[in-house]
Amino acid sequence: MLKTFPVGGIHPPDDKLTAKTVIKYLLIPESVTIPVSQHIGAPAETIVNKGDYVKTGQIIAAGKGFVSSNIHSSVSGKINKIDTIVDTTGYKQTAVIIDVIDDEWIETIDRSNDLVTEIKLTAEEITKRCLESGIVGLGGATFPSHVKLTVPAGKKCDLLIINGVECEPFLTSDHRLMLEKGEQILVGVSILMKALKVERAIIGIENNKNDAIEHLTKLATKFKGISVQALKVKYPQGGEKQLIKALINREVPSGHLPLDVGVVVHNVGTAYAVYEAVQKNKPLFERVVTITGKSVTQPGNYFVRIGTSIKKLIEAAGGMPDHTGKIISGGPMMGKAVSNIDVPVVKGTSGIILFPSSESERSELSPCLRCGKCISVCCLNLEPYLLMTLSEKGLFERAEEEKITDCMECGSCSYSCPAYRPLLDYIRLGKSTVIKMTRERNMKSKAAI
Amino acid sequence: MSNLLNISPSPHTHGKETTRKLMFGVVIALMPALAASVLYFGIGAVIVTATSIISCILFEFLIQKYVLKKPISITDGSALVTGLLLAFNLPSNIPVFIIILGSLVAIGIAKMTFGGLGNNPFNPALVGRVFMLISFPVQMTSWPVPGGLSTGYTDAITGATPLAIIKEGLKNGESISQLMEKVPTAMQMFLGNIGGSIGEVAAIALLIGFAYMLIRKIITWHIPVSVIGSMAIFTTILWLVNPEKNADPMFHILAGGVLLGAIFMATDYVTSPMNPKSMLIYGCGIGILTVIIRVWGAYPEGVSFAILIMNAFVPLMNKYIKSNRFGEEVKNG
Repeated sequence: MLKTFPVGGIHPPDDKLTAKTVIKYLLIPESVTIPVSQHIGAPAETIVNKGDYVKTGQIIAAGKGFVSSNIHSSVSGKINKIDTIVDTTGYKQTAVIIDVIDDEWIETIDRSNDLVTEIKLTAEEITKRCLESGIVGLGGATFPSHVKLTVPAGKKCDLLIINGVECEPFLTSDHRLMLEKGEQILVGVSILMKALKVERAIIGIENNKNDAIEHLTKLATKFKGISVQALKVKYPQGGEKQLIKALINREVPSGHLPLDVGVVVHNVGTAYAVYEAVQKNKPLFERVVTITGKSVTQPGNYFVRIGTSIKKLIEAAGGMPDHTGKIISGGPMMGKAVSNIDVPVVKGTSGIILFPSSESERSELSPCLRCGKCISVCCLNLEPYLLMTLSEKGLFERAEEEKITDCMECGSCSYSCPAYRPLLDYIRLGKSTVIKMTRERNMKSKAAI
Repeated sequence: MSNLLNISPSPHTHGKETTRKLMFGVVIALMPALAASVLYFGIGAVIVTATSIISCILFEFLIQKYVLKKPISITDGSALVTGLLLAFNLPSNIPVFIIILGSLVAIGIAKMTFGGLGNNPFNPALVGRVFMLISFPVQMTSWPVPGGLSTGYTDAITGATPLAIIKEGLKNGESISQLMEKVPTAMQMFLGNIGGSIGEVAAIALLIGFAYMLIRKIITWHIPVSVIGSMAIFTTILWLVNPEKNADPMFHILAGGVLLGAIFMATDYVTSPMNPKSMLIYGCGIGILTVIIRVWGAYPEGVSFAILIMNAFVPLMNKYIKSNRFGEEVKNG
């Protein structure tokens, strides 16, 4: 029996149209728009001015505080302006807009294709390099990697888990990367192991990617302490708490981090970015993006410079099909619907999916049947129907007792509801209200002291 | 190229399961049992089932249109399921006007007064059936014996059900071993060649429906298995204690409405609990109550009452019985 997480989960259709499509390099556009906040935490502060000439890989905005990240230019050219734009999340934020002139990289980057396996940096230097290179979690959450590599005093990490699950339908960027950059990923994993001072790393991959499992298993024999574990396909196995449970049967306590059970989880894409940053001195300014959709004529996987508008990707995939009704940045389960095609690709953009208008509208909702499907698919054993009702009625204290803040918004409940009830919409409302409530309460109790 | 794109929060895709598909799934699962009863009871089964379905749907339509003045939702299939299940709980020779009254109670009182689908605390078909049983005890307990496909509607020969034979016999001082010779064999009950209500007679047909619903993931195993399991355990104990006073577990499970109740009535979404732990408790409650009513109660059969009693506990169970949240009680291996 293959391993998987025990409670809940769903099996949406795979739709991995681009699993066999080799990653190509997308042409560098005439202009890029690079937002200063592409990560969880404080936005970076711009350190360049309008009219400045920047090189590819040059830092243009510096991280502010510990939980933040540097932003680098993904092209060489002249800064056209620093302006407010709308990003993939729909929110406004500051971005640096650069008019491209050639492609002149900063001199410190090793542009050769040679595989460098020897790790010369010390653990501290690796973490520092990740910080400088703007490495963030590329699975989609974009949490700054250097923070995860800094184990606080009193905590112990004994295992590194590498997330190669890619459980969202359609997306294949991690899958292709594992096949095409396997060695680099494994060196990246070794680097992360060194930084965390752990002896053991497990790469978890779902068995709808058997070629990747075989490939990495073969390569891993040359690397000390790294093993590959095949997993049964089930969404949301890529959630880190589910992945930890599936691989080593440790359960991260409610409200805690994986580190509390001695584990740190990084994505395969992040491992590759770490390899490039540490061995090649290349900051994070490009990533693999899947451009796909059932009506897209040439779906594919591309190395895309950060800041390229998704319009360019859509053009590369054969243009926007007629009757496109929705464009999603990320996967269909957790991705964001974008409002226009001028939004730029950012560090967290794992894919762009085009949905025909026939599949882009929700069906009309009907009364809750109390069928319990939402409960049975919830991998955290929450009761989505109840959380929705409580949020709808404004009973947020009760929602807090029912652990609404544990919800990781995987969307399995809304996906499974036969009455098409917008469970997750209301849970999000409840969750954000409860988080705000708790924050205010904490501030009050602090003020009292 | 139009620039208008739809924006909505995730998830952007849906499992394509709908209320209607689930309801029609239940209807399909009930078809083998309907076929079996037509085979055994003839035209009467068709007339009763058709009357029940038509009047349930009609009452729901009339109430929504003229009383509640709300959108009509009869196409969701829930009234169809109620009508079908109500008919399955009736003898095949029952007069039409009683069925219409029962449907009115089932839909009008048990379902629509509480706000329609999703809000009723008690299983509508069972409320209708119990109303009919109490109001028309004679018509509701004169069970036709299987006469084959050509049996007429009102001229069917009637006889006692196996459970009634046992109940009466025990009252008259006969022993189980004597009574067992008067009731059908387990194989006859399994195939359905016995007296009883339309839907309950053929165990095999009900089990086929159960398998279908499990495969289609319409229901989970928890409720049916715990009902039947708890009944088996309880009746085995009674049988071992006094085999001359208590029928064997196989008889208890195959006779009467246990399978129909456990598979189709107790699993009604709206009136059953929502998490696995509660489902098991609920199922065991039904199993145990059924045996208590059968062995010590006034009625020979107790499944309907047992389910309705347990229905009343469902809101409490939903409120107080919770599964362990992920990461709540941490056991790290």
